[in-house]
Amino acid sequence: MNIVACVKQVPDTEALIKVKADGSGIEEGGIKWVMNPYDEYGVEEALKLKEKNGGEVTIVSMGPARAMETIRTALAMGAEKGIHITIDKADEYNTAAALAAAIKGINPDIIFCGQRAIDDDSGQVGSILAELLGLPVVTLVTKLEIADGKAKAVKPIEGAQLLIESQMPCVITAQKGLNEPRYASLPGIMKAKKKPVDVKDAAALGITVQPKAKIVKMTPPPERAPGKIIGGDDPAAKAAELAKLLREEAKVI
Amino acid sequence: MAKGVWIVAEQRGGALRKVSFEIASAARKLADELGEEVSAVLVGSSVEGLAPELAKYGVDKVYVADDAVFADYTTDGYSAAVAKAVKENDPSILLLAASVQGKDLSAALGGKLATGMASDCTDLKIEGGKLHAIRPMYAGKTFGEVVVDTFPQMASLRPNVFPAVENAKAGEVVKFDAGVSAASLKTKVLETQKDASGKIELTEANIIISGGRGMKGSDEYKILEELAGLLGAAVGASRAAVDAGWKPQTDQVGQTGKVVSPNLYIACGISGAIQHLAGMSSSKYIVAVNKDAEAPIFAKADYGIVDDLFKVVPEITAACKKIL
Repeated sequence: MNIVACVKQVPDTEALIKVKADGSGIEEGGIKWVMNPYDEYGVEEALKLKEKNGGEVTIVSMGPARAMETIRTALAMGAEKGIHITIDKADEYNTAAALAAAIKGINPDIIFCGQRAIDDDSGQVGSILAELLGLPVVTLVTKLEIADGKAKAVKPIEGAQLLIESQMPCVITAQKGLNEPRYASLPGIMKAKKKPVDVKDAAALGITVQPKAKIVKMTPPPERAPGKIIGGDDPAAKAAELAKLLREEAKVI
Repeated sequence: MAKGVWIVAEQRGGALRKVSFEIASAARKLADELGEEVSAVLVGSSVEGLAPELAKYGVDKVYVADDAVFADYTTDGYSAAVAKAVKENDPSILLLAASVQGKDLSAALGGKLATGMASDCTDLKIEGGKLHAIRPMYAGKTFGEVVVDTFPQMASLRPNVFPAVENAKAGEVVKFDAGVSAASLKTKVLETQKDASGKIELTEANIIISGGRGMKGSDEYKILEELAGLLGAAVGASRAAVDAGWKPQTDQVGQTGKVVSPNLYIACGISGAIQHLAGMSSSKYIVAVNKDAEAPIFAKADYGIVDDLFKVVPEITAACKKIL
């Protein structure tokens, strides 16, 4: 099978995010960068499919020079090769367009993306990529089976679970629960250093980035007013006071 | 020139979902400011009769694609139908719900219509005739203000944030042929397995009671469920509790789980790791119950009780029973 997994490098979930004073973006100093957790599920599923069916896994990532670390991580997990698109940042549509341009020549049987990246939280790129490649997409997948040239995917929705069948090739966006991503082994890390990674810029892909959506300003979240600690020794008295405050002051119960 | 504020109404099994009224009301507000009309696209099977419900929340016109092929939601079927209506009518703004279905549909539509979109917005405003959409990023560690330079200007709206406001309009029905056949679809729903527990969905709950590492085990969630039953609340969990196997992943609140904004969030035995705080700090009121007075959760809490949750929570349930 010819498999593609798209990955993005994002700040670790424990990172404190500070907005630049002029609101143009975030302060990147001191941030630990990791593979987007949802993309890890995509990479793992890609590797499992390859191990079962044969073939190869290509990792595609768009981002600045440091994104290469994330590609190497995926190669160390077991992927065969990578494509690094050296566009620092773009809106969702242009990101998908860049990925589509890089993937087109590969003609994959299946493409994995994370259901969203935990930095921008948009959850759009996988679906737009599918549209641009003319492929069906199943988002938020927690279980996947490939049989008879079709993909059967389980997807949780509000209050239910769907079993969806998709023709192939298709795009699958991975949700937590799909699998347990493996760690890169030391031999894997050594081997990854020698695996081929194609570095391509916008011109090499034949695209120009024309933003459709722009972030005009970033702001820190609104500060919360300091709260009230309900003091005392008696749990029942404190609970009664809380219930009263929720009912009469906050009016939320 | 692009004109009009459009929404995609979300229905499941022939009933409109509450979030549809929220986005209709948000659309009405924008349209009044712009002096334009609100139109809704309604796709489904035997759904035409739902149009008057949308009219009640400020919708002037309802474009209906009513066909058996739309009995189940499919990304390719529904996006083709909505894209057709949008292309034929050229609206200026297109709003969807940031529900599971709405997120899926909106992203596919952004691709089909080659336009930009702001996902999961918590506020909208008009400036200089353009839509400015405010959305949490990094799970709420920052907020971004997004402007879309192409038409329609798309945004998906977080459920439970925008109020549904009754404001009756005509709701004139315009039927259209979506041109979608079963044979043209590349995906289909084989099975729908309903969650029999009748659990309230976290992202749509008015009240959430969450338990973390301090819960010590999965059976102990019973005390939270009891309080939740009384308050009509959903029960959530921190990543620590999910990783420990006490609760399923679908219950996880935080940066790698669900991002929620209920009216009331009660955090029990949750210390307040930054990735958890990111997922719930936009809640209107936050209550923290934790043994550790130094737990970071107290910095975000409107009301805090420093004590053993196993002693306090049953007492909260008892106190609520008395006053409700």
